[in-house]
Parts: sequence; structure tokens; C-alpha cells
Amino acid sequence: MSKALLYDSTICIGCKLCEGACAQQNRLPYDDKIAAEPVQSAHKFTVVLAKDDKFMRRLCMHCEHPACASACPVGALHKTKEGPVVYDVWKCIGCRYCMVACAFAQPKYEWHSLNPRVRKCTMCPDRVVAGKQTACAEICPTGATKFGERDDLIKEAQGRIRQNPSNYLPRIYGLNEIGGTSVFILSSMNVEEYGYPASAKIGDTPMPEYTGQVMSKVPDFIPVWTLVLGGIYWISHRREEVAAAEAEEKNGSAK
Amino acid sequence: MKFKLTFWRVVFIVIMGLGLYSTFIRFFQGLGAVSNMSDRFPWGLWIGFDLLCGVMLAAGGFCIVGAVYLFNVERLHSVMRPAVLTAFLGYCLFIVGLLYDLGRPWYIWHQLIYMNPHSVMFEVGMCVMSYTTVLFFEFLPNVLERFNLKTPIKWIKKIYAVLVVLGILLSTLHQSSLGALYLIMPSKLHPFWYTPALPFLFFGSAIAVGLAMTIFESTQSAKAFGRHLELPVLVELGGALLVALWVNALLRFEDYFHRGMLGQIIKPSYEAYFLWLELTLAFVIPITLLSFKKVRLSPGGLYLASVCTVLGFITNRLNVSVIGFETYAGHHYLPKWTEFSVTLMIVAAGFALFGLAVKYLPIFPEVRVPVKQRLRSETGPAVSTPVLGHAGD
Repeated sequence: MSKALLYDSTICIGCKLCEGACAQQNRLPYDDKIAAEPVQSAHKFTVVLAKDDKFMRRLCMHCEHPACASACPVGALHKTKEGPVVYDVWKCIGCRYCMVACAFAQPKYEWHSLNPRVRKCTMCPDRVVAGKQTACAEICPTGATKFGERDDLIKEAQGRIRQNPSNYLPRIYGLNEIGGTSVFILSSMNVEEYGYPASAKIGDTPMPEYTGQVMSKVPDFIPVWTLVLGGIYWISHRREEVAAAEAEEKNGSAK
Repeated sequence: MKFKLTFWRVVFIVIMGLGLYSTFIRFFQGLGAVSNMSDRFPWGLWIGFDLLCGVMLAAGGFCIVGAVYLFNVERLHSVMRPAVLTAFLGYCLFIVGLLYDLGRPWYIWHQLIYMNPHSVMFEVGMCVMSYTTVLFFEFLPNVLERFNLKTPIKWIKKIYAVLVVLGILLSTLHQSSLGALYLIMPSKLHPFWYTPALPFLFFGSAIAVGLAMTIFESTQSAKAFGRHLELPVLVELGGALLVALWVNALLRFEDYFHRGMLGQIIKPSYEAYFLWLELTLAFVIPITLLSFKKVRLSPGGLYLASVCTVLGFITNRLNVSVIGFETYAGHHYLPKWTEFSVTLMIVAAGFALFGLAVKYLPIFPEVRVPVKQRLRSETGPAVSTPVLGHAGD
């Protein structure tokens, strides 16, 4: 069964322990200066944003049908059956199509490296496969970030909204967005205010379908178009041959 | 032969020098140091111009080859070789540009072994690789002729039908798939340019620009190399260009009409200014110009119309790849001078290689033909071409 994360911003206290745990897990530098950076980057896979006294976490959404994986020409990104969307650096050629394809703008790049990698949250795949929870969920002191089975977390999120309707906006961000993700967000504020794309804008259609509609026609298009082009070539050159033969005949009779 | 330092040679040397400096920065300090690309703007000038425009500007190759071999438009035979040369050079240089833009260009061959058939980028990559190979064989007879190697020319002649069909097939596929690349970004690309019709629009514009480029380069090389300008051929191309522009304009109109965008595109906004610029250069000016018979029959008018068309569609592709993303990114991207200098170096190299090829290879075969025969060639273009002139047939 596939795993997921549920982030409930109403119980987040903005301690940023998840940022530190993430950095440690992914062997990234982490100090006060990096903690103060309000953006994700190649050295900061997750960020806790603050607005007034409300907090919001950003991280890779681990889409059910990831745009990045469908976009990658060499298949360096893929969705595992456990849930995480992972990256095989040794395949990557550095075209950065994943970065422009991702609706959540999650893949980041090592712009100053001479052998640059795409970096993003990979949902601690080694830990998940080993049956452990992600580093961020494990360290979270309030349970704002919770790790578990995707189906269970959806039920739990629905339950929280039902029990405490005044506390939450009545929606689970990530449930249906671009075909569903493996990270769900509960909030009392619009997540769009923290840089998440609006649900209406990205829609419920899985991203790979937009290009899939074209790509699926290619295997049929190739033989048909080859036949058409070959046919035109044959006809126009046949005409030429016939004309040449006729001209010869004429010349012959003229003599 | 003594090397004379002319104005253009000095310009060329300066461009090359700056380009080499930028190359050094690119490969010894990384993409971040050489460009203004960032996590907010992962694709910049190199994708927008070198890739999208480069491939479009090289479209003349398949347009003219298609006209000559598929539809037997014999009159265009004299512009086929320069068109194929432009296409071949264009694709080679485009691959060079790609090596700058890819983060890990030394793994470019991974494309051949770790294939992801769902990726549009994969389709683009495979088509570019195979079409460059096809163009190599379409171009090869020029070199073989130069050294009078008749046997290999015969071999190429035998497979030429396959090359022609394959070349047009691959061009159709990847000219349109360059547009399809952007289909996966419905929430990012501005609605002026995001449309499910992108693959069709990219293919249509490639044909218009292919024709315009052929007029442009014929006129330009006639001037630069003091060659005889074949006006009837250009007039024919100009007529075809007018039709292609109308078809493109109609496609664009239909697209905006069906998406209910007509009201929005006439309202002033940052994107609208760029859209207006694009539409004026690509459609309004050249269509107006070419509608006058007087202009359509004059070399200067044809030249102007084709330059406008080319500039217009370059604007179009830069709008799709750069301007259309600025609102989403909340950030203006302006390429760093080193990015410009790499692009300029590649373009300058293209011009120089074109000049060298014309000088040393039988690209414009009629020049070596004596005047008497040249006169005859005006009545029947195929007559004057030397024996091997039709080697590609």
C-alpha cells in the first residue's frame, strides 16, 4: 500500500525541526542562516513559512501521476509503489524539463555545480521501504506532519474537518489536485497564500495526460504519415516516368 | 592568399573571443555563473532561442525537399542545396547549443539507453538525432561531388527516396513536438500562448519560416557572394509564403476564437504588448506586403517580407518560452551577457560555415556554368545543372 504525509497547519508551531531533520537525513548543511531562508532550494527541500501566527510547510507533493516523471526523457524520476517520487541522479542529463513541468515547482537545481543534480524531497525512500516514517514526521513534536497509509490519512483528514469544522477550510489540498498527491494539507487559511498553486488553476487532470494525448498518437502517426509521404513520392515520380516515356515515344514517331 | 582584416571579420573575431570566454565560464564555473537562469526560471535564452528558434529556422530544408521531391516543383531545385545546407548546419549548431544548456551534457547519450517513451523531450531528442543523420546524407553528395566520388553518390541516389520520406516524417514529428513540450504546463504558461493547439501552431510556423528563410538566405548569399539572383524562384516562394502565413493566421484566430480569448488579447497588458509585436511582425506586415503584386515581384519587397516573418516567429517562440512564464514566475528574466554571447557565437559560426561551404562546395552549381548556359537556365532551370547536379535525385 502506498504511504503519504498529512500536514495539519493548524497544529504546526513553526519550530522548524522538520527542516533540520530533513537536512540531516539528506546530508545537507543546516544552520540559523539557512533556517531563515524562506524559499526551497537545492539545499533546502522543505520550508516552514510563517504569516502572522500561522504556519505552512512546503515540500514535494509526491503526485500520484507525477508530471516530472512523465517529462523526464531518460526516466530519472519515478513514482515508487510505496509512494515516494524518487530521482536517479546517474541517469539525469540535466535538461530541467522536470522543473518546468512540475505544477508545484518542486525540483530545484544545483546551479553552481559543475556536475549539477536536480534536488527535491524524496520522502525518505530508504526509511519508508524499511517500514519507518519520514524524518520530518518522526521529529515533529505536535504531530502536525503525520506519516501513514494514504487511505488512512485521507479518512483521518476528513474526520478532523468533520469534528472541528470551524477550525478548517473544508478541503484537503492534494486529495484531487492534478489527479491526487501523496501529501495532504489541512489549513484554516488558503494554501495559495503560501505559494501553492490554486486548485482551480491546476485542475484535477493528471499532468501526464496533457502530453500523453499527443504522445499516444505518435505510434499510429508514424506508419500512416510514412505511407502518405511515400505514396505522394511514388505518384509524383510515376507521373514523371510516364511523361518521360511518352516524350520518348513522341520523339521516336517524329523521327 | 593574404588574410584581409575587413569590418565583418573583426566583428566575427570579437564575437568568437567573447563566446570562448563564456564557454570557459560555462564549463568551469557552471550554469549559475554563466546565465541568469534560476529555480524560478529553469529555461532561458538557450532553450528559447537556440532550441526553439534554431530548429524553426532550419525548417527550410524539409519544406524545399518536400516541394521538390514530393510535389515535383522542379523550379525550386536551385534553392534546395542551400536549404539543405542551412538545415544541416542549423541542426549541428543546435546540438552544440544543447551541450551548453544541458546540466550534464556528457550523459547526452543516456537518451539512447534509458528511454522514456512518455516524455515529449525524449521524442524531440530522438527525432533531432535521427533527422541530423538524415540531413548528413542529404548533404553528403555536395562533398562527394567536390571530390568527384561517383560511386558513393550512386548509393545515396538509391536510398534518396527513403531519405526524403524519413526527413519529412521526422521533421513533422519534432517541429510539432517542440510545441507539445509546453502542453504539460497549463498552469504556468500564459493563456495567450498556452493552447492544446501548440503542436499544430509550431508545425505551421515552421513551414512559414522555412519558406521565409529560403528567400532570406538566397537573397543574402546573392548579395554576399555576388551571385545571380533567381527572381522567378523567389517569387514562387513568396507566393507560397503568403499562403502559409494566411493558414497560420487563420489557425491563430481560430484558436483564440474557440478559447474565447479575442476580448483579452486586445486589452493592453505586459503580455499583450509582446503578443501585438509578434502578430504585427509575423502576420500584419508580411501579409500586407505580399498582398501587393508589385512587392511580390520585387527582390527587395520579398526580402523585407521574409525578414519580418522570421523576426515575427522568433518573437513568437520567445514569447512561448520566456515572456509567457514571467507572470507565473513573478520575475523578469533577462539573459546575462554571457548567455547572449554564446548564442551569438553559435549564430556567427553558422554564418561562417555557410560561407565556407558555399565557397568550397557546389552549393550553387550554376556559378561555374558559362554565361551562355546560364541564359538557357532561365528558360529551363534543370538544363544547365552539371551532370552531377541532380545527384540527390
